[in-house]
Amino acid sequence: MSKVHSWGRLGEYNHDVEVLRDRALAPRQIQGGTPGLAFGMGRSYGDSCLNPDGKLWKTPGLDKLIRFDPEKGRLVCEAGVLLRDIQRVFVPQGWMLPVTPGTQMVTVGGAIANDVHGKNHHVFGSFGDQVHSILLARTDGEVLRASVDENPDWLSATIGGLGLTGVVLEAELQLRKVDSPWLDAETLPYESLNEFFELAGASEAAWEHTVSWIDCMNTREARGIFMRANHVCGSLGTGPMPSGKKKTMPFVPPVSLVNKLSLAPFNQLYFYLNKWKAGHSRVHYEPFNYPLDNLLEWNRMYGPRGFYQYQSVVPFAGAREAIRGQLDEIRRSGQGSFLAVLKTFGDRQPRGLLSFPMPGVTLALDFPNRGQRTLELFKRLDSIVREAGGRIYPAKDARMPAELFEAGYPKLHEFLTYRDPGISSAMSRRLMGY
Amino acid sequence: MPKRIVIIGATSAIAQQCARLWAAEGASDFILVGRNADKLEAIAQDLQVRSPEVTTHTETCDFTDPIAITNLASALAEQGPLDILLVAHGTLPDQQACQNDLTIARDAMLINGLSPAYFAEAFVGKMQNQTSGSLVVIGSVAGDRGRQSNYVYGAAKGLVERYAQGLEHRLADTRINLTLVKPGPTQTPMTAHMEGQDKMAPLEQVAGDIVRGVKAKKPRRRARLVN
Ligand SMILES: Cc1cc2nc3c(=O)[nH]c(=O)nc-3n(C[C@H](O)[C@H](O)[C@H](O)COP(=O)(O)OP(=O)(O)OC[C@H]3O[C@@H](n4cnc5c(N)ncnc54)[C@H](O)[C@@H]3O)c2cc1C
Ligand SMILES: NC(=O)c1ccc[n+]([C@@H]2O[C@H](COP(=O)([O-])OP(=O)(O)OC[C@H]3O[C@@H](n4cnc5c(N)ncnc54)[C@H](OP(=O)(O)O)[C@@H]3O)[C@@H](O)[C@H]2O)c1
Repeated sequence: MSKVHSWGRLGEYNHDVEVLRDRALAPRQIQGGTPGLAFGMGRSYGDSCLNPDGKLWKTPGLDKLIRFDPEKGRLVCEAGVLLRDIQRVFVPQGWMLPVTPGTQMVTVGGAIANDVHGKNHHVFGSFGDQVHSILLARTDGEVLRASVDENPDWLSATIGGLGLTGVVLEAELQLRKVDSPWLDAETLPYESLNEFFELAGASEAAWEHTVSWIDCMNTREARGIFMRANHVCGSLGTGPMPSGKKKTMPFVPPVSLVNKLSLAPFNQLYFYLNKWKAGHSRVHYEPFNYPLDNLLEWNRMYGPRGFYQYQSVVPFAGAREAIRGQLDEIRRSGQGSFLAVLKTFGDRQPRGLLSFPMPGVTLALDFPNRGQRTLELFKRLDSIVREAGGRIYPAKDARMPAELFEAGYPKLHEFLTYRDPGISSAMSRRLMGY
Repeated sequence: MPKRIVIIGATSAIAQQCARLWAAEGASDFILVGRNADKLEAIAQDLQVRSPEVTTHTETCDFTDPIAITNLASALAEQGPLDILLVAHGTLPDQQACQNDLTIARDAMLINGLSPAYFAEAFVGKMQNQTSGSLVVIGSVAGDRGRQSNYVYGAAKGLVERYAQGLEHRLADTRINLTLVKPGPTQTPMTAHMEGQDKMAPLEQVAGDIVRGVKAKKPRRRARLVN
């Protein structure tokens, strides 16, 4: 048994860890016995990647690329391959993953299981929209291929399926063409939520990447920085390379370094830093898309009690009130975080039965774990989300009530028929009974 | 001209990572040697997808058979000079099992000690007249001293070190560079069952050190010890 934690470090749990390395042997390794769960890079914050006292099948050893079709830009690879490695291999060849989350240290299997989104949802949708086919191993020994043409229902169940439909062994992904690793980016400070909504609306048509950081400590109006960017097309010169230097949080500090005192200045600092830099810049895709990846294990900063992330999405109708309501609650509680991201999703439906993205506005914040006080705040945020017809992102969740999960994911009952009885997670037991 | 790179024990995690780094550096022709054809084929595919400038061949061989090893070295040398030979295979035996059963001890010493020496010897003979080339053998810090927890493995790795030292001496007046790499505990399948994973060196770091070490061959051509 080894101790394993998820990204939020809310607790360490005993797991019987089995390493998968060979895609030919993996189907046998996962067969029979007590229920297990695939575990990629553990970049999920809550309990979706944990199976305390049960089996965990670690997948990053399934790291081989299998085939690439340079005509169509289609890559077949094993499910433990890191998105970082796909980018680094293919950017020099003129191809890139269309959709990546805010860290590239995640596996293909993890990206499928949470149907992750990036900053360009209005253009490319989510990760699942780029998946052409998968090879899925079930714990009864069956290995099935699912694609748009073959077993398409298994594909929709597995995209966003939280690892509960089987273990993805291989995936065929559609890449997109790029001319260079650089983006032309623009940074615009905003002073109110209304201004954010105006910027987001005005940027959709002409900008591929849009995202904003929001300062939730500010007592007057919500203020933040809106960032938008497009890939540099053609051979329009070059830009700066990212520095390869990695910094690590060397130890878990005995207390959370994120308290009310340190939070407000951090948020202000971030605001002014960017305000000062407002304008145009040319940036490499790595620092733009994955700003925290060079600060390895920054999650240790929150101390031994760990932290939560709360990420919701609410439909456009009523979004202003719902976002304002959430920000008010957070400010009043004095518990907000420096990592607050506000962005809009495009007007498209996801492929997965349990996919998180939907047309609307998503807000994501970190909260140091202060026990009951933090959970009470989440209850208040839940009721705003529920009222607005929104939902919570399971990849970030460790505590949402089952009733809110059911309300937010109307296709849950259909999904349950695709579950693999030999797979279970702390989250599935909490939200789906087993 | 693509680099010709022979990897013995090509399915080893450290060797695979080195191969990926070499593939990223430019045109290479890999000869991947191991005991399991399917595993070698999957690695060959992976390298080819990683770089369109890569070609691959796979060879299986009995790693304990001196004749088979000699024949393999001859066949490969006949096809042209080799730029890099990496000898990477090894296995970490259960020390207690070795004490209880001498056949296990023998097999462990054979695969970790004699077998790498056979490969190095067979290829040095073929490479020593080349105008350039690097020979890299993976030893271990476990070979520095005997410890009760792993002295069978340690003794075999110690043999590799002494052998490499002799070869290096012999190669002093040639243009062939010999590097003995001695990693400390590294996160690979070999150590996956052991406690303290987060104190072990990441695979990427160890492979990076090896690849840099080979590139920076010193004019003195001394065995470089990379810890
Ligand atoms: C700094 C940071 C920024 C982030 N930004 C974003 C963002 O912008 N957008 C976003 O959507 N997410 C974001 N995330 C969340 C992250 O992208 C997801 O949690 C992702 O799924 C993690 O992948 P992983 O490989 O670490 O999987 P894990 O966290 O290890 O596992 C996640 C789920 O995938 C399942 N799984 C893993 N491998 C397989 C497999 N082979 N077959 C079947 N199931 C499998 C697991 O069982 C589990 O249910 C961010 C996370 C961090 C730490
Ligand atoms: N990992 C560490 O902590 C560490 C530390 C110091 C030194 N080293 C050394 O580094 C080298 C690479 O090890 P690794 O960590 O990359 O281990 P690994 O991934 O477990 O690889 C071991 C390799 O040895 C091969 N092998 C084992 N027994 C064999 C046999 N009887 N015949 C043929 N091939 C055999 C394996 O082939 P199959 O794939 O066919 O099984 C595999 O290619 C080894 O020499 C090891 O001693 C490792």
